[in-house]
Amino acid sequence: MIDWPLVSVIIFLPLIGALIILFIKEEELTSINIKWAALLTTLGTFILSLILWIQFDYSNPSYQYEEKFRWFDDFNFFYHVGVDGISLFMILLSTFLTPLCILASWNNIKKRVKEYMLSFLFLETVMIGMFASIDILLFYIFFEAVLIPMYLIIGIWGGNRRIYASFKFFLYTLLGSVLMLIAIIVMYRNTSSMSIEFLQGNYFSYNTQLFLWLAFFASFAVKIPMWPFHTWLPDAHVEAPTAGSVILAGVLLKMGGYGFIRFSLGMLPEATEFFIPLIMTLSIVAIVYTSLVALAQTDIKKLIAYSSVAHMGIVTIGIFLVNQQGLEGAMMQMISHGLVSAALFLCVGVIYDRMHTREIEFYGGLVQRMPLYATVFMIFMLGSVGLPGTSGFIGEFLVIVGAFKFSSYVVIGAAFGIILSAVYMLYLYKRIIFGTITNNKLADILDINTREKIILIPLAISVILLGIFPNLFLDPMRLSLELIITNYEIVNAK
Amino acid sequence: MLNNIYNIFFIPEIFLACSSFVCLLFGLFLKKNAFRQTSNLAVFVLLLTILLVYYDSESNFANYKSLFSHSSFINFFKILALLGSIASIIISKDYFLGIKLKNFEIPILFLFSTLGMMLMIASNNLMSMYLAIELQSLSLYVAAAIKRDSISSAESGVKYFILGALSSGILLYGFSLIYGFTGSMNFDDISFYLSKYDNLNLGLIFGLVFVMVGLAFKVSAVPFHMWTPDVYEGAPNSITGFFAIVPKIAAVALIYRFCLVPFENFYLEWSQIILFLSIASMFLGAIAAIAQSNIKRLLAYSSIGHIGYILIALVAANDDGIKAASIYMFSYMIMNVAIFAILLSLKVKNEYLINITDLKGLSKSNPIVSLSISIIMLSMAGIPPFIGFFGKFYVFIAAIEQELYVLSVFGVLASVISAFYYLRIIKIMYFDESKSEGIINFQISFQSKIILSLSLFLIICFIFYPSLLINISASLTI
Repeated sequence: MIDWPLVSVIIFLPLIGALIILFIKEEELTSINIKWAALLTTLGTFILSLILWIQFDYSNPSYQYEEKFRWFDDFNFFYHVGVDGISLFMILLSTFLTPLCILASWNNIKKRVKEYMLSFLFLETVMIGMFASIDILLFYIFFEAVLIPMYLIIGIWGGNRRIYASFKFFLYTLLGSVLMLIAIIVMYRNTSSMSIEFLQGNYFSYNTQLFLWLAFFASFAVKIPMWPFHTWLPDAHVEAPTAGSVILAGVLLKMGGYGFIRFSLGMLPEATEFFIPLIMTLSIVAIVYTSLVALAQTDIKKLIAYSSVAHMGIVTIGIFLVNQQGLEGAMMQMISHGLVSAALFLCVGVIYDRMHTREIEFYGGLVQRMPLYATVFMIFMLGSVGLPGTSGFIGEFLVIVGAFKFSSYVVIGAAFGIILSAVYMLYLYKRIIFGTITNNKLADILDINTREKIILIPLAISVILLGIFPNLFLDPMRLSLELIITNYEIVNAK
Repeated sequence: MLNNIYNIFFIPEIFLACSSFVCLLFGLFLKKNAFRQTSNLAVFVLLLTILLVYYDSESNFANYKSLFSHSSFINFFKILALLGSIASIIISKDYFLGIKLKNFEIPILFLFSTLGMMLMIASNNLMSMYLAIELQSLSLYVAAAIKRDSISSAESGVKYFILGALSSGILLYGFSLIYGFTGSMNFDDISFYLSKYDNLNLGLIFGLVFVMVGLAFKVSAVPFHMWTPDVYEGAPNSITGFFAIVPKIAAVALIYRFCLVPFENFYLEWSQIILFLSIASMFLGAIAAIAQSNIKRLLAYSSIGHIGYILIALVAANDDGIKAASIYMFSYMIMNVAIFAILLSLKVKNEYLINITDLKGLSKSNPIVSLSISIIMLSMAGIPPFIGFFGKFYVFIAAIEQELYVLSVFGVLASVISAFYYLRIIKIMYFDESKSEGIINFQISFQSKIILSLSLFLIICFIFYPSLLINISASLTI
């Protein structure tokens, strides 16, 4: 093992990069130094986080690389961070996507580049910190702090209705998370501990669990988001700049799923058992309803945003099946969705940068002019549909296998959603890419350039890699998930 | 020990009183720069008073035992009030010179008011409490109306005076009832007398309610808050800063001591009143602030909201509550010092900033100031990782310790609503496109800059070493 505080270094490296950028003088027009500093910092963070994966001990279900320091003298709050199989890939996802985001905004962010890069680096710190924290208060602080940079990113660099979208995003998610704060304090009061590890030992009476569960549900259901709490998402996605949408879809939505696994399943098993029918109903409604809504969209980003809600519905089904296939499927679906939807938003960004519109009507026949673009877009589109061989397939397949053990109605709902997802994605693809060019403005559109290749090709490779070698990802998380399932089953068998 | 007569001057209150008169004479005999010199002297006097409070031992107060009390809680709040007073004198100096209001009496009024507050915090007797309240209020009435040629300043002074006098009357009536039914004015005696009974009789309940109303007026809790926005708006900005920062500290300490010392056994009777005041203040503060376009009115409603949270901790009425109140009050003071330090240095077209919309474009012309304002606003909204979050966090810990779940949920909901108007300020600075750039200029004196940087440092860096403040506040006893 490594004897230096690797996790803390990964958490705070972007923040240090941000401090350095604060003192770099911003040149006129290009701000090239700031961009390079941000890119190098995030790349460095990504490389360090790869060490986490390489050195990860697959046979250890609990936290690794732990660091623990006393933080508050009067209460048992610790600065306590570590990585286990569940958080490992969430951290990797964050560190992988952030450099791509910086690259994606290389040319299309023209105003306030310094503030933009500062926001992204701060965002990266809080995202990684949130996934790595083992102390709930620390988790909460990072969880809420995410709102600050995201609010600024949507509000300053967003589209026309950015102010509405940023306020809705901030207040909606804040409303959810303050209730979680109350729940956290109640938990602390009952157990005198804030350690996520410790609290998974089931200390709460049944009635307390129900209330705690609802409070956590309020915050995670908004974050993930579940129908009917999803209305902030289309607005935020559409108005955010490309890189903002990428992080939003790629990482922030996963915070909800991650929270469900850690808190609802891990700490409140009996209440979870009680609320499973609710979750299943909401998830199936989400899958079918938002898929249909996606079908009717005229804005590409909005379509992908709604498809995110549908995919997250599969994730919540998988999580609350509470069996090995379901949870592994949910985790795979989260990772896959993190890559695929991020890539789709980047793809939309590519044509948006050229044409400055996201209307589906505007496009058509892009394959004639942009063959390479059509190819990568197809990979991600198929990944989103869940074609075997892409990452999307593994997650959906495992969830459906797991769902058979639970109820065939759930399977029908989920499968119906998957069919619908094929419908709206293929339909989108047909309208944008195929056919002849009807719009004269598209006549001299250029294919993706080197920078865009550098962004999209690693994503395409990882989508396929995930689809062909899922065990690469499933093996490290298996034992950690098993631990949660065993605990859940022991408690509920009583 | 008082066997040496000179030691009497080392009692902080007496020292402050004597020094205030010295300052008054000093200002009177100065021909040039009277205002600046007196301000400096006042700051120096207050600094010395802090030292005296810090090293003050209980024996010094032995002779005044019946009138005043002595505890770590009292000392903490005294020091807080003194610090707030120092900060507001320093940050307002340039403002007064800027609007050509050079009366050297202003820092002296602040000194007397601070003296009143120290006595208020320490008072252990209904009579001394009343006199202390009057001492601080009278100085504040004059301060609010100090800009004689401005109608709004005079109006705010008169409004404050009339409503303040009314509330004092109500307070005094309550005192008379309490005295009539218990036969004593001393907090400890009242407490001892009441401990013999299981419930309060009707007269005492009336007395308690009247006193609560009077105190609610002083802390500007809803529904006795009406004066706050008007007085904040009308008074010169720097006086508003003083109003926002200091008197609240003393009034909060007083309401805590009044509830928890003489009436500690009658939790049920007063907690219902405080509960209502708390919920009403949080929600009204949050909702009314949304519609404000004047930054001073907005801060007035924001302070009403903050009072609501502090009263949650009072309803909790446990050790955690006292701890929460002192942490919250500290964070409240720091945040207000920081925001007023900025407001008193921002000029739009050579006028001091009033309208929130004038902040438009600040993020371009002065990125550091707008970043600072954003941090203060997020901290006030209670967003981690800033100090404001920890204030609220401790309040909720105290409330949940007492199983006040519903109150806590109300509290967090109100905090979401209030986040809206704090975010609005950030929105105006960052999101709105401004056509008229460069009309805002920011000039700050070196001393204010130190105060501002120090308070920003505390707001941001509290999270890294919270134990320093928390250990102090955990050891406080009422």
